[in-house]
Amino acid sequence: MRMPLLRLEGLTKAYPGVVANDDVSFEIGTGQIHALLGENGAGKSTLVKMIYGLVKPDKGSMTLRGQSFAPTQPSDARRNGVAMVFQHFSLFDAMDVAENVALGMENPPPLRDLARRIRDVSEDYGLPLDPSRLVGELSAGERQRVEIVRCLLQDPKLLIMDEPTSVLTPQEVEILFRTLRKLSSEGTSILYISHKLEEIRALCDEATILRGGRKIATCDPREKSARELAELMVGQVLHPPERPARPVGDVVLSVDKLSLKSNNPFGTSLKDISFSLRAGEVLGIAGVAGNGQDELLLMLSGELLSPSAQVQLKGLPVGHLGPNGRRKRGLVSAPEERLGHAAAPDMSLTSNALLSASERKGLAKNGFIDWPATEAFARQIIARFDVRTPGTHVLARALSGGNLQKFVIGREIELDPDVIVVNQPTWGVDAAAAATIRQALLDLAGKGAGVLVISQDLDELLEVADSFAALNEGRLTAVRPARGLTVEEIGLMMGGAGDMHVAHEASA
Amino acid sequence: MILGSINPAVLLAALMVAATPILLAAIGELVVEKAGVLNLGVEGMMIMGACVGFIVAVNTGSPIIGFFGAALGGVALSLLFALLTQALMTNQVASGLALTLFGLGLTALLGQRYVGITPPRTPKLDLGPLSDIPFLGRALFTHDIVVYLTIALVGAVWWFLKYSRAGMILRAVGENHDAAHALGYHVKRVRVLAIMFGGACAGLGGAYLSLIRVPQWTEGMTVGAGWIALALVVFASWRPWRAMAGAYLFGGVVVLQLNLQAAGVRIPVEYLSMSPYLITILVLVIISSGKGRSLNAPGSLNKPFHASS
Repeated sequence: MRMPLLRLEGLTKAYPGVVANDDVSFEIGTGQIHALLGENGAGKSTLVKMIYGLVKPDKGSMTLRGQSFAPTQPSDARRNGVAMVFQHFSLFDAMDVAENVALGMENPPPLRDLARRIRDVSEDYGLPLDPSRLVGELSAGERQRVEIVRCLLQDPKLLIMDEPTSVLTPQEVEILFRTLRKLSSEGTSILYISHKLEEIRALCDEATILRGGRKIATCDPREKSARELAELMVGQVLHPPERPARPVGDVVLSVDKLSLKSNNPFGTSLKDISFSLRAGEVLGIAGVAGNGQDELLLMLSGELLSPSAQVQLKGLPVGHLGPNGRRKRGLVSAPEERLGHAAAPDMSLTSNALLSASERKGLAKNGFIDWPATEAFARQIIARFDVRTPGTHVLARALSGGNLQKFVIGREIELDPDVIVVNQPTWGVDAAAAATIRQALLDLAGKGAGVLVISQDLDELLEVADSFAALNEGRLTAVRPARGLTVEEIGLMMGGAGDMHVAHEASA
Repeated sequence: MILGSINPAVLLAALMVAATPILLAAIGELVVEKAGVLNLGVEGMMIMGACVGFIVAVNTGSPIIGFFGAALGGVALSLLFALLTQALMTNQVASGLALTLFGLGLTALLGQRYVGITPPRTPKLDLGPLSDIPFLGRALFTHDIVVYLTIALVGAVWWFLKYSRAGMILRAVGENHDAAHALGYHVKRVRVLAIMFGGACAGLGGAYLSLIRVPQWTEGMTVGAGWIALALVVFASWRPWRAMAGAYLFGGVVVLQLNLQAAGVRIPVEYLSMSPYLITILVLVIISSGKGRSLNAPGSLNKPFHASS
């Protein structure tokens, strides 16, 4: 057996009130693709931050190529051949690709030479990239290439990738995997962090599973089923959401040939959007981030106004109405950004409940707030959706992502709407909470509401959606039944070829 | 013809002098804002520099030492701002406003005994035959050294931000401090250094007022120059050369309206006095209102940074 590249022994890191990592030990072999698997809050990020020198372990040691390894800052780690691609990209929008790459290197060559090397490396690995473009103009996939090329230029021995595929189309994932396999065959080790089990089973040689900061197991992911891995990760038996057959009713929401300019200079304008949603139907809308999802939600929630007849709710024109007017008529929404959009970070859960519910629940009368009723409503959400919090007085920002997500989605569901629009309902939420949220959405559809789910998580959409469409550069493909769709077909739809595919079928 | 009584060469020369203090303050603040910090205390740091520079120059008899003192005075006040905003995480806007009020008050106290004194003269730089060139010589080559050093400083800041690695790191910190931290850059260290540079520049700008332009010490003598410098930075879209153009435009209108006042134009003095502010802001708004220009604002401007992990 070859000598392991990196050996972790008894790594422990505690923060006030929580032990992020408790006595974690494992080894990464040379050229191995090693998965680090775990739920949110399992301690994956803290662990890789220790390897990358951003966090100092309280206890334990690391050995890199037989030598003791204790980086105190990222530049130490980089000098030792450890490179990292971050989950939330560590990129600078207003700077060009070459500058972004240079910022992540220890001793960058002059920018002109660097530009040439960026071209060479990016072509070698099938990741074409123009060094002179501004990063703010790039797609998520291209932005990730910048991060990867930045790492590759430093000739790393160990490449850490933190949830790299969450923003990619299936085709882009394939390209990424080819690159990673090529790197691995050249002797670079890869530590691959993810909670997408199928990916790990397709890519990785070995997997270490963390739960609650402890190592649960190290195994060969190819020998386990996705379900076994998930249960190791969650520590309990998971049930897929139930989808009772339900009658589909009348059209509750329809959008007719709507084009709308984005309110964000880096945003995507909507182009000629048409679809309709029936009572009891779950419509899933896929697409890579930045293809108009935010704008679609804003347009439906009423934050962006449109000509009144082009958005119809239960047959009545509502395009000219703002969010409160639409809520009153039965359309509620939950945007992607939890803090600052769905919830006001520095206000209590009670106040946050009031913000969207006052119209439908009658929590404000004659301009005065009925605090006892609001408080009771917040309590009801917390109880029904199992939001873990000390009480209703807690500030929204103090809740973990998953708990806050349960709260903001629960708040809308409790309003008993006719139509609910959600964007990324389970983004960054652990598997158990995600299951709760999906089940709640399905239950709502079961009660006869129209549910529109915008998501980048295909597995999620295939799990809940009855019908399916994809957004690409602000255009929406034709809506197709979700049953029987393959991942390849979805990939084509997300890549903008969906309509061609449909046209092809029609002509055949 | 009234304008006929105004000599364009003299006007141009006076314009450069009038523009120098705000240009100094603006170029300092530009660097501070590029690092992602909004220091609204420019006015306070300027008056501090004006006062300390004046006191030092009077007591040592050397305007050069006075300028050094002014820079140190500005730095001292900016360090207070750095302590508040970078270490104690206070709100930048409130701290900056407080800094201005504090600077105005403190200098009124410090400068009490210096009102009405004439400072030592700062010599003009002898540029030999250059000053003898007709028109241009009179307009461009009859100034003190600070005017030229200020222009050199604008060039240096431009080069630093565009081509040097340190400048790139500074821009990165201002653009996205979380990403810069994740890559291992010292966000706070960079910011404190930038704040100190801003303080030094504002101090120099203030001293230029009290030692050369006016030259005298009076309470509150900066009369809003710091605020104009702040506005210049924004409307110049954080570009050094454009800030200089803005400062010269402002200086030009100041000098022109003074000349018009002297020539007895029949426009109420109040309108003439407000014209430099109005025209500078108007022109810069027009320049900066083009499509996408406002995007040049540093991404992390005025956002507090706390390394949480």
